[in-house]
Amino acid sequence: MPARPDTHTGVIHDIGYRHYDGPRLGRGYAARSLFLQSLRGAYGLGRSGKSKVLPMILYAVMSLPALIIVAVAVATDADELPLEYTRYAIYLQAVITLFVAAQAPQAVSRDLRFKMIPLYFSRPIERIDYVVAKFLALTGALLVLLVTPLLVLYVGALLAKLPFAEQTEGFAQGLVAALLLSLLYAGLSLVVAALTPRRGFGVAAIIALFTISYGAVSSLQEVADNEGNHDVAGWLGLFSPVTILDGVQSWALGATPAGPQGPPGNGAGFVFLLVLLGLVAASFGLLMRRYRKVGLS
Amino acid sequence: MTALDRLTLDIEPGVVGLVGSNGAGKSTLIKILLGLLAASEGRASVLGLDVVRDGSKIRERVGYMPEHECLPPDVSATEFVLHMARMSGLPTAAARERTADTLRHVGLYEERYRPIGGYSTGMKQRVKLAQALVHDPQLVLLDEPTNGLDPVGRDEMLDLIRRVHTDFGISVLVTSHLLGELERTCDHVVVIDGGTLLRSQSTAEFTQATQTMAVEVTDSERHPDGAAAVCAALVGSGVAVTADGRLLLVDVSDESTYDTVRDAVAGLGLGLVRMEQRRHGIVELFRPQTPDAQPVPFRGQHEKEGSRGSASTP
Repeated sequence: MPARPDTHTGVIHDIGYRHYDGPRLGRGYAARSLFLQSLRGAYGLGRSGKSKVLPMILYAVMSLPALIIVAVAVATDADELPLEYTRYAIYLQAVITLFVAAQAPQAVSRDLRFKMIPLYFSRPIERIDYVVAKFLALTGALLVLLVTPLLVLYVGALLAKLPFAEQTEGFAQGLVAALLLSLLYAGLSLVVAALTPRRGFGVAAIIALFTISYGAVSSLQEVADNEGNHDVAGWLGLFSPVTILDGVQSWALGATPAGPQGPPGNGAGFVFLLVLLGLVAASFGLLMRRYRKVGLS
Repeated sequence: MTALDRLTLDIEPGVVGLVGSNGAGKSTLIKILLGLLAASEGRASVLGLDVVRDGSKIRERVGYMPEHECLPPDVSATEFVLHMARMSGLPTAAARERTADTLRHVGLYEERYRPIGGYSTGMKQRVKLAQALVHDPQLVLLDEPTNGLDPVGRDEMLDLIRRVHTDFGISVLVTSHLLGELERTCDHVVVIDGGTLLRSQSTAEFTQATQTMAVEVTDSERHPDGAAAVCAALVGSGVAVTADGRLLLVDVSDESTYDTVRDAVAGLGLGLVRMEQRRHGIVELFRPQTPDAQPVPFRGQHEKEGSRGSASTP
C-alpha cells in the first residue's frame, strides 16, 4: 500500500490584515480622480463595451466632415477653407446636442439614481469639488469633441499651403469659441440632468432644451428679419444657447453670423457675452444648490 | 425639527453600538461626525479633529457605510471599490492592492469581477463594508449594516464587524435598532431616543445590570409542579426569581448563578428543558431608567477618538 504523500506542494498563507502606511493624497487628488473618471466615462472608457458605442460614433461623425473638407481643399488647391473655424460647431450642433444629452445624465443622474452621492461626500472631497469635477469633466469631453475637427481643419489647411497667419488666427478663434460653447453646453445640460435620477428624462429634456429653443429662435429671427426688424432679429438670439454663442463669436471673434442677424451693435455683443458667462455661472450656482440637498439624503 | 438635542457623549476606541428606534437621530449623529451636516449648536470632534474645521481630514481617516443601497449595478466590486479607494486619496497602485486585500477580508472572492447588479443582499453589504475599509481608516461608521439580511447573514456580518476591531485594529461605531444584536458585538452601547441620550455604558455593565435568564424544567412524580419546586429552591439559595407560568425568570447577578440553577434542578431530580439568555428589546430601555429624561452625560477617561457631540439640528 503506497504511503500517502504528506507533503504540501502549495500552501495559502493567510497573511492577515495589513495596515496601509503609504501616502494619502487628500482632497485635491480625490477631486482629480473624480474628474478623470468622469471625463473617461463620457467616452465610455472604464465602462462597459456597450457604453463606448454612442460617444465613439458621435466622435467619428463630428470629425469626418473636417476630414472631407480638408481632402477636398488639398485636392482642389483651394485658396481658402470652404468654412470658418467658428462655423463648424454651429453646422454640427445636432451632433453636439446628442453627445451632451447622452453624457450629462451619465455623469450625474447615475450617481443620484444609485445614491452614491453620500459615499462621495464621505470622502475627503467637498461639495464644490464634486460639482467642479463633473462640470470640468463634461466641458473637457465636449472640448475633445469640438477641438479634434478644428485641429484636422488646421493641419489640413497648412498642408494645403494656405496662408499660415490667417489660418492660425481662425483656428485660435475657433478654440475660444469651442471653449465657450463647451462651458455653456456642459453647464446647462448638467443642471437639467442633476434634477432627475432618471436617465431617460434627462436625455429627452436636454435634447428638447437645445433643439426646441434653437428651432423657435431661428424661425422667429427669420420672420423678424424678413419684416425688416433687423435689431429684433439680432436680440432674439439671446433666447437659445447656440445663437448666444453665435452672437458672441460674430461680435468678438469676427465670425459671420449663422442666423440672419448677429447682435445689433457693440453694446449688444457685450450683452451676449455677459449672458453667456452669466448662464455658465448660474448653472454652477444651481448645481451647488442642488447638491447641498442630495448630499444629505 | 430637532433631530439631536443636547446629546453629550465621549466614545472610546473599540466597538461601540449606537442603538435607537427609527428616527432616533442615529444617522443624523453620523452625518455630523462626518462633517456632512452642520449642527446648529454645539460641537463634535472625531479622532481629535473638529468636524467643522477639519471635515476633509476626518473623512480621509474614517470609513462610512451608509444604511441604504449605494452601489452602481453596472460595475464590478473591484472597479467600484478601487474608485472609492482613489476617492479616499490612495495612489492607484496602492488602491489596487488594498482593493484586492479588502474584498478578500470581507469574504468576496471570484464574484468580485462580476457586475454588482447580480449580487445577493449579503454580498452587497460586504461590498459596502469593503468600500468603507479600503483606505484603512482608524474608525468606521456603520449605519445599520445588518439591515435586510437573513439570520445567517446577520450573524456573519456581526462576526465580520467584530473582526474589524479585533483583527484589523479599526474602531467601529455601529448603529442598529436591535439592542440584542449589538450586545453581542459591542464593547460599549449607547442608546439614544428622540435625539437625547438614554444610556451609555459598557456591554459588560449592561448585561450585569439587566440580564435575566429563562429556565424551564420538567415535572416528576415527586414534584408535580417542577417550576414551583425549583423556584422555592432558588429563593432558598438567595437567587431572585419570578415565575411566569411554567417559565422561571432568574436574575443573573454573576457567573455562579448558572451553577446555582443547575445544582438546584439536579438536586430535585428534574430535567432541564431550557436555560437561555433573554434578549432585551429596546422597549425595556424605555422603562424609566432615567425618569426625568435628562440627557445623561457620560465621560470616558481616554479620548482617542472622542466624538463629543452637543448637537441640535433644525
